[in-house]
Amino acid sequence: MSVRVGKTSSAPAFPIAAKSVLQNEQLRQNVHNATNIIRGKRAQRVQEMPDWQQLRQSASDIKAHTLAHLDHYLLQFERNCERAGGKVHWARDADEANTIAIRLIRQYGGDGPGLEAIKVKTMTSDEIQMNTALEAAGITPIETDLADMIVQMGHDEPSHIVVPALHKNRFEVAEIFRRTMNLPDLSDTPQDLANAARHYLRDRFLRVKIGISGANFAIAETGAICVVESEGNGRMCLTMPDILITLIGIEKVVPTFQDLDVFLQLLPRSATGERMNPYNSFWTGVTPGDGPSAFHVILLDNGRTAQLHDERERETLACIRCGACLNVCPVYRETGGHAYGSIYSGPIGAIISPQLQNLEHSRSLPYASTLCGACYEVCPVKINIPETLIHLRGRIVREDQKTLGGTLAVENIAMQAAAKIFLNHRRYEAAQRLARTGQILFERRGQLTNLPGMAGGWTKFRDLKPIPAFSFRDWWKAREKTNAAREDVH
Amino acid sequence: MLERLGHTVEFPIEQTCCGQMHYNTGYHREAVPLVRRFVEMFRDAEVVCVPSASCVAMMREHYVLMAEAENDPAFLADVRSLLPRVFEFSELLANRLALEDVGAQFAEKVTYHPSCHSLRMLHVGDAPRKLLRAVRNLQLIELPDQEQCCGFGGTFAVKNADVSAAMLTEKNACVIHTGADVVTALDNSCLMQIYGGLHRSGSRVRTMHLAEILASTGASA
Repeated sequence: MSVRVGKTSSAPAFPIAAKSVLQNEQLRQNVHNATNIIRGKRAQRVQEMPDWQQLRQSASDIKAHTLAHLDHYLLQFERNCERAGGKVHWARDADEANTIAIRLIRQYGGDGPGLEAIKVKTMTSDEIQMNTALEAAGITPIETDLADMIVQMGHDEPSHIVVPALHKNRFEVAEIFRRTMNLPDLSDTPQDLANAARHYLRDRFLRVKIGISGANFAIAETGAICVVESEGNGRMCLTMPDILITLIGIEKVVPTFQDLDVFLQLLPRSATGERMNPYNSFWTGVTPGDGPSAFHVILLDNGRTAQLHDERERETLACIRCGACLNVCPVYRETGGHAYGSIYSGPIGAIISPQLQNLEHSRSLPYASTLCGACYEVCPVKINIPETLIHLRGRIVREDQKTLGGTLAVENIAMQAAAKIFLNHRRYEAAQRLARTGQILFERRGQLTNLPGMAGGWTKFRDLKPIPAFSFRDWWKAREKTNAAREDVH
Repeated sequence: MLERLGHTVEFPIEQTCCGQMHYNTGYHREAVPLVRRFVEMFRDAEVVCVPSASCVAMMREHYVLMAEAENDPAFLADVRSLLPRVFEFSELLANRLALEDVGAQFAEKVTYHPSCHSLRMLHVGDAPRKLLRAVRNLQLIELPDQEQCCGFGGTFAVKNADVSAAMLTEKNACVIHTGADVVTALDNSCLMQIYGGLHRSGSRVRTMHLAEILASTGASA
């Protein structure tokens, strides 16, 4: 089995990628504007819910229960889906899932050239790089979610879980449309852009007979699949093709239809600040004369099962991909999604990507956070992201310490030394005195402005007050002495 | 200030660190002896006053988990008995002592940055603002976008220095916008970050811990 998550294996470390993104003023402005708008709308829609905290708790409980009995609910889903005329396929990793999808498409469309497939928003297909695999097999994938279409046309990468083209403004989108749709005179008004996209997509919806979708939920009790969306392009994709292939991560299953009562209140409010999604599509197996005549579900593992054994890591699988944590994250706000080097970005991406890959890649992501806690506060399923980040940091440190390079790393040596110093107050005070002497070399007009080594990261952007000649501890000791002397006199 | 209010203050000189830096950076094993040391040192205290919200958050969020992982019932019992007696500085004044006016005087314009851990982990809420409003001659100015992190984040500040600095630039633009003379908070770590950026950019806004302001009586200022 080989777990793969997008292009993480070749992505630069977060601090390096972030540094280059920070130079892109336009992108930062776009991210600022978009996240400000969405978080404002979300806050409004959450505020009007008196039972928001209870809903969050319910969602967290349902997910915890389901993940603890995942095998049971997956098998129940398979039974009910197939009873309704669907077919369930199990994929251990990215390659298996892609192979299954290509086989199904070829079975339906034959071996000839020119096969096309329309797709509706499936992050999971980006996780397994399905488009690349389809293209290699001579099948042209056509993204139909507006934002995904923009990303695909611009040969770009998604930068947000819910709003993949969040980093582009409408002027940039107009430029992409003019180029790829061959519409040199297209204006950049939202109406014209929407009309151009509608015209372009309508043609594909009518022509292409193979559909690929993701899903927000799979319901074990009925074998139904659920997708929520805003555009209606998803509804087209789900109903117009002859054959529909739905790709879902195994963690997307919920036990009963009634559970959606909780999730469909939490998800749209958290994701886009809407009370309800404009389109909520459910489909169960096949119905003659209505919708696709063949329906296949690919259940993807790709590193998820390995996350189940540890309770802290299992919790991440509760994510319903609302993106609320991205919109409030002060780090994401500065960098946007690309710096994370994974299709899963922001705080949740910083714990999803490394865990799926058992820390083989995306190792810098657990450190891409100040642990400010804004993500946990908004998470509709109460994933304790900061705690999980700390947990993953712990795993990384333990793994690194087993290697010679890790043991000799500057950080490890500094941390070991600090731990020793903190264990004894005399050593602590001696270290203070030593630093007080050493810092003279770096002092300029009463400030430390250019420190060496790791501390250089500090003084590159910030000044530092030197350790004072007379510290609090010195003052306290002197005070104690004076007090004692005074008592002697009395 | 505490002595002014009639309390007896002790500072065990043997104390060093609560273990947060190690723990949050992933050095969990190395943090354990520091936690044991802290618990031992303060075991018999009537009340432990901690002028750092993030240290208190470390204790409340992780000490029990760490003691459980150590499989040491005596250690766990000590932790459980100590934690209810640990108060962050503003919590001690507002909750334990039920005070708003501590008799301070401070004739400057002040803005308050609610540090992330005081806000989201300790939920100190309005307590620090109430304490500040009761200070004579102090003018409190609300900080725009105050719930946004300053970008410190412990070792994040050096590991991700560029992003940390970008976050700080936003925070300090808000601080300067208030026209305040002083920015205050419950965490010296955030204040160190904010000070570093302010001073580098040539701003004259000063940073002071809430305790420094509440200790002022105007006598020497």
